[in-house]
Amino acid sequence: MKTGSWSKVWIPWLLLVAVAMLFGADLLAPDVAIAAEPAAAAEAAKAPAFPPAPKLSAADYPQIAGVNGRVAVWLAAQLHLWFAAFVLAVPIFVFVIEAIGMATRDERYDSLAYEFIKVSITAYSLTAILGGLLLFFLIIFYPHLFQYLATIFRKSMIYYALLFFAESGVLYLYYYGWHWLQGGFRKWMHLTLGLVLNAVGTTLMFLANAWVTFMMSPAGVDAAGVFSGDTWAAIHNALWNPINIHRVVANVAFGGSIVGAYAAYRFLNAGTAEQKAHYDWMGYTANFVAISALLPLPFAGYYLTAEIYAYSQQMGITSMGGIFAWLFIIQAVLIGTLFLSANYYLWCGMGRSDGAVRYNGYVKYLAIVIVGAFLVWFTPHTLVLTNEELKALGGPYHKFLGPLGIMPAKNIAVNTMIVFTTLSFLMYRRANKIPTVSWVKAGNAALAGLFAAGILNILFLGVYHGYFTNTVYKVASSIPQVLTTLTIIVVSTVIDTFMYRGAKEVAPLRWGRVPDRAQYALFLLAVAFTWLMGLMGYIRSGLRQHWHVTDIFRDASPDAFTPTLGYAANVVSVGALIFMALVIFVFWVSQVSARHTAAAGYWKAEAA
Amino acid sequence: MSNFLKVVVFSLLVIAFFAGFSNFGVPQIEPAPPPKEEKLELGAMTIDQFVALGKKLFEGKGTCTLCHNPVGGRAPLLDRAAAAAAERLNDPRYKGKAKNVEDYLYESMVAPSAYVVSGFGKAGTNDTESPMPDASSGSIRLSEAELRAVVAYLQDLSGVEVTVKIPTEVGTEQKAEAKPAQRPPAKNAEELIAQFACTACHKIGAQPGGPIGPDLSKIGATKDAEYLRRAILDPNADVAKGFARGLMPANYGEQLYARELEMLVAYLVALK
Repeated sequence: MKTGSWSKVWIPWLLLVAVAMLFGADLLAPDVAIAAEPAAAAEAAKAPAFPPAPKLSAADYPQIAGVNGRVAVWLAAQLHLWFAAFVLAVPIFVFVIEAIGMATRDERYDSLAYEFIKVSITAYSLTAILGGLLLFFLIIFYPHLFQYLATIFRKSMIYYALLFFAESGVLYLYYYGWHWLQGGFRKWMHLTLGLVLNAVGTTLMFLANAWVTFMMSPAGVDAAGVFSGDTWAAIHNALWNPINIHRVVANVAFGGSIVGAYAAYRFLNAGTAEQKAHYDWMGYTANFVAISALLPLPFAGYYLTAEIYAYSQQMGITSMGGIFAWLFIIQAVLIGTLFLSANYYLWCGMGRSDGAVRYNGYVKYLAIVIVGAFLVWFTPHTLVLTNEELKALGGPYHKFLGPLGIMPAKNIAVNTMIVFTTLSFLMYRRANKIPTVSWVKAGNAALAGLFAAGILNILFLGVYHGYFTNTVYKVASSIPQVLTTLTIIVVSTVIDTFMYRGAKEVAPLRWGRVPDRAQYALFLLAVAFTWLMGLMGYIRSGLRQHWHVTDIFRDASPDAFTPTLGYAANVVSVGALIFMALVIFVFWVSQVSARHTAAAGYWKAEAA
Repeated sequence: MSNFLKVVVFSLLVIAFFAGFSNFGVPQIEPAPPPKEEKLELGAMTIDQFVALGKKLFEGKGTCTLCHNPVGGRAPLLDRAAAAAAERLNDPRYKGKAKNVEDYLYESMVAPSAYVVSGFGKAGTNDTESPMPDASSGSIRLSEAELRAVVAYLQDLSGVEVTVKIPTEVGTEQKAEAKPAQRPPAKNAEELIAQFACTACHKIGAQPGGPIGPDLSKIGATKDAEYLRRAILDPNADVAKGFARGLMPANYGEQLYARELEMLVAYLVALK
């Protein structure tokens, strides 16, 4: 692909940005009610015309017998979010895969990208339906909250609704025009549509993110909740960008895992070797997408948590050291599941290559380190004990395991897990190749040095700051540790890519030669991701505790209490079951269109 | 078993494992219910009871122990806070207005950045800004009396003389909270207008009224809901020609229930 050709994509995109800025200018303008009399206009401009946050009582929350309003809103919101994450994520990597296809002129990439978008297209209408359901539930069960939010975000809500038209139009054109817009300039047009689709979809998500983050870290309002009229201030609240970044990365990982599950299912049901090879490749690509986004995800999560602490230390402590602290043990189990299943899939996939035997011996060591890191992450700091147990243990902390419960130990664990997953991936890439460059020894030595030095640095930073400094500096190692890990990922990928340029293949890669159990690793990845998103959605929302809008709009409903982790887990599980059932339906529907039944004798014979 | 069933059973087992672990693998801590305003019987309290109230607030509603504890190390321990106060008042870094220990402790809760203990400031502020919120506002919202009770507790904890006098009134926060609770909400706009004696100043609909405020008998024909809502909540924002500023009380936002406000606005909009 020529570099200059990119202008064909960027120019329309810049035009789109210009249009967005025109709309945005209106969105950013101060929102003050127009005074009826010109003489009062200046006064009105000074005095905001918005009501304070209402002070409600339990009677202000409509009840419907047999329906718990909070659970209804919770499930509708979570289901909407799962589908929205999926349909927003898939076009991101479809765009990348399509571009790779154009660059390499390998049609298999184009077909793969089309198959990915085909899976997501049916989910699109379900996303909209669930969004409507959420809106209705909010209006029915929390009318005052919705009215208050709509008063502040009325402008952005209108743009949100209008952007849906744009999203739908571009998506349908992108999908249905796939085979029409092929070759030369038409293909560029199609790729541009993909870019526009992503720009509109991401903007939609950012607008919705502003509403939920406003509820967590309100801005543009005074202590009584009176809106200043500055919509941009309300949108650009303290947690908006951290959530934006976190959701974009998490969506890609989640979308990759769901499409991976689709490929896994098709692989298991494939009737021919060709089909098996195709869906094996699709599953591998989806897993690659999921892992690529999974690796930076903990960093995005860390940034979000740091910003929560910076916004409100109380909120931060409530999440990590307060009532939600045990939730992170559950999260550790889920993240451990994600890393182990993603790695297991890679290790199984090495069976596709005849050259992989050279690396098989290392797999057990990788597994030991990743499981070890998972166990450290899984270790709680304080233990809930009976008085007798407390006496026997000599306090709430275990002598040896207690130190593993603090954040620096977790930081070492998660960075180690990521570094070793990178190593797994490098091994997989090398499995079927033999490098031909003259500097192989030097390159391997440099890589070994990079990994060794990086791991030592991660360990040293964590141990020194975690156990030999004041509490306030305990997490100071986090950023240099993250930078070390990122350096390892980037530098090792660059060295490896150059080292394996023009490498000889041991034997043709045998797509489809992978055990069925590897497909279950892909299902595990998808289910764990779904469940994890639900759990983290609970904590994000639950951090507000008994406030609709933190500190300014109190939740006075009978459901204002924070539920236990078990209760939350049950709601998340029910939601995950509904989601998986709907996803299976979506997968099934996406195949139905290709089926043709010959209804012999049903149709009238055509006249000769 | 078909692949479909295998996949369904596998997914169900995975979800059941996560749910099971969350229910039985971690302790089920029942989070405290939302705090309720307790009516303080200040007149009948001894100083010991007042100190005990301060301890209760310190560990409960005030959420002080969230940070001021020996485990997390996020904020200085306060077991010697009152004893250290005299020294801090003379510290050149002190930026507050307190003249004695009692006022220093009070100030440290409502203006925590007046003096930041070394090593406990916000990152990058060189200990000039405290990460602690104002305990009299936000989600903590301790009343005047409650703040004084915490001061008394901190003095007692430090082993110095408790100089706090038990206040006779609860303070602004609890009074403001208490007002709406004392009055049952009006059933309709007419009842509300009668309760607040709006017709003393305004002519409203068919009801006769005084000439002190503008005639509202057909106000809905010229003004919309937003204007009217603002006029009730912030009457000095727009003052109709020929009427004096500041006559209408500006605290209806505190006195009206949200539902009543909307009911009244809807009623006025319909007057055409």
